[in-house]
Amino acid sequence: MLAALVLVFREVLEAGLIIGVVLAASRGVIGRGGAVSLGVLAGIAGSAVVAFFAAGISNAFDGRGHEIFIAAILLFAVVMLAWHVVWMAQHAREMTQQLKQLGNDVTAGRRSLFALGAAVAIAVMREGSEVVLFMTGIVMGGTETALQLLLGSAIGLALGAAVSMVLYFGLAAIPLKRMFSVTGVLVTLLAAGLAASAVAQLSSAGLLNVLDTPVWDTSWLLSEKSWVGQILHILIGYMAKPTGMQLIAYGITAGTIFLLGFIVRTPATRPAVSSQ
Amino acid sequence: MSTSFSSRTGARFRAFISAIAVSVIAVSGASICASKVQAAEEEHAVEISIKDHKFEPDSLKLPVGKPIKITVKNLDATPEEFESYELGFEKIIAGNSSAVIRVKPLKPGTYMFFGEFHQDTALGHIVAE
Repeated sequence: MLAALVLVFREVLEAGLIIGVVLAASRGVIGRGGAVSLGVLAGIAGSAVVAFFAAGISNAFDGRGHEIFIAAILLFAVVMLAWHVVWMAQHAREMTQQLKQLGNDVTAGRRSLFALGAAVAIAVMREGSEVVLFMTGIVMGGTETALQLLLGSAIGLALGAAVSMVLYFGLAAIPLKRMFSVTGVLVTLLAAGLAASAVAQLSSAGLLNVLDTPVWDTSWLLSEKSWVGQILHILIGYMAKPTGMQLIAYGITAGTIFLLGFIVRTPATRPAVSSQ
Repeated sequence: MSTSFSSRTGARFRAFISAIAVSVIAVSGASICASKVQAAEEEHAVEISIKDHKFEPDSLKLPVGKPIKITVKNLDATPEEFESYELGFEKIIAGNSSAVIRVKPLKPGTYMFFGEFHQDTALGHIVAE
């Protein structure tokens, strides 16, 4: 039962932390609740579909199908998160102002809601398909421990959701002035971490053989399999043994998003001038 | 009014262009990587099967310095996740099907692997020498 609990908790936490960060990063955008809910539902539906076709996906491309599939959806998530961060960078000032003045959701655009929902759907789909397969196994196994295992899974799910909510409310408690810069940085690092994961997938499929040896090993300091290591891995892409290519992917992704956010940022003086 | 409208449109346009730029960078990066597909290096192929949530064989001797291709056949009806912390792979294998795991050239040593869904019985190790 404990094994089931831990397994489901890990998967749910992974998706949940991403949702928490993304939700905090889009505070004030009208309709984000709907977009995130839709994303979660689409992700769950996607999990079932991926789980059903697991064997087929895995065997495609000479046994490289799973890695290619995961890398593709991760890169898609990276683009969606990048879009979201850049959009927020552009609108953070007016949104902070409106949130302060009105104390409620702003009416300003919903451009990045699609990106938001899509990123959430991918996070849920990736982790969810594993949970679905695990649960199917339990049900199919039909042993006397099945009920216990399902109970463990349910507790794991509830705990994962609870920890994600703690993260969200923690982020939501950040003063408005700083909030969007903090969450912007967080989502940027999250996206960079996902890009590095995509590289790891391509590398383990044998499709990427340049700079594929670990540059350093900080397992002794913080193992990626420890709780703290794992949470940092999800949130900011901590890697105990990053390869050169993973570091490059991380750096390029984070750099690109920061740069784009900087370029599109509305200059502080513009609203004052146009209002006159 | 019209100024703010056009600047808003411009802003949207810029956000859109930015997203495109990021995706172009991501895709081109991925394709550069994909073009480096390993072809010439021969892989050392081995097979492991899973039955009653146990590995057969549960101990493998593998050569050092050669890329390894492990085909895992899951003979059970239930799915299993084939995983190793030390070798850094993690892959779900559906019931009654098989999957391929590729491992980079090994250094001498012993590496543990396990089935995450049945960690009490599905255990094994690789000895590289």
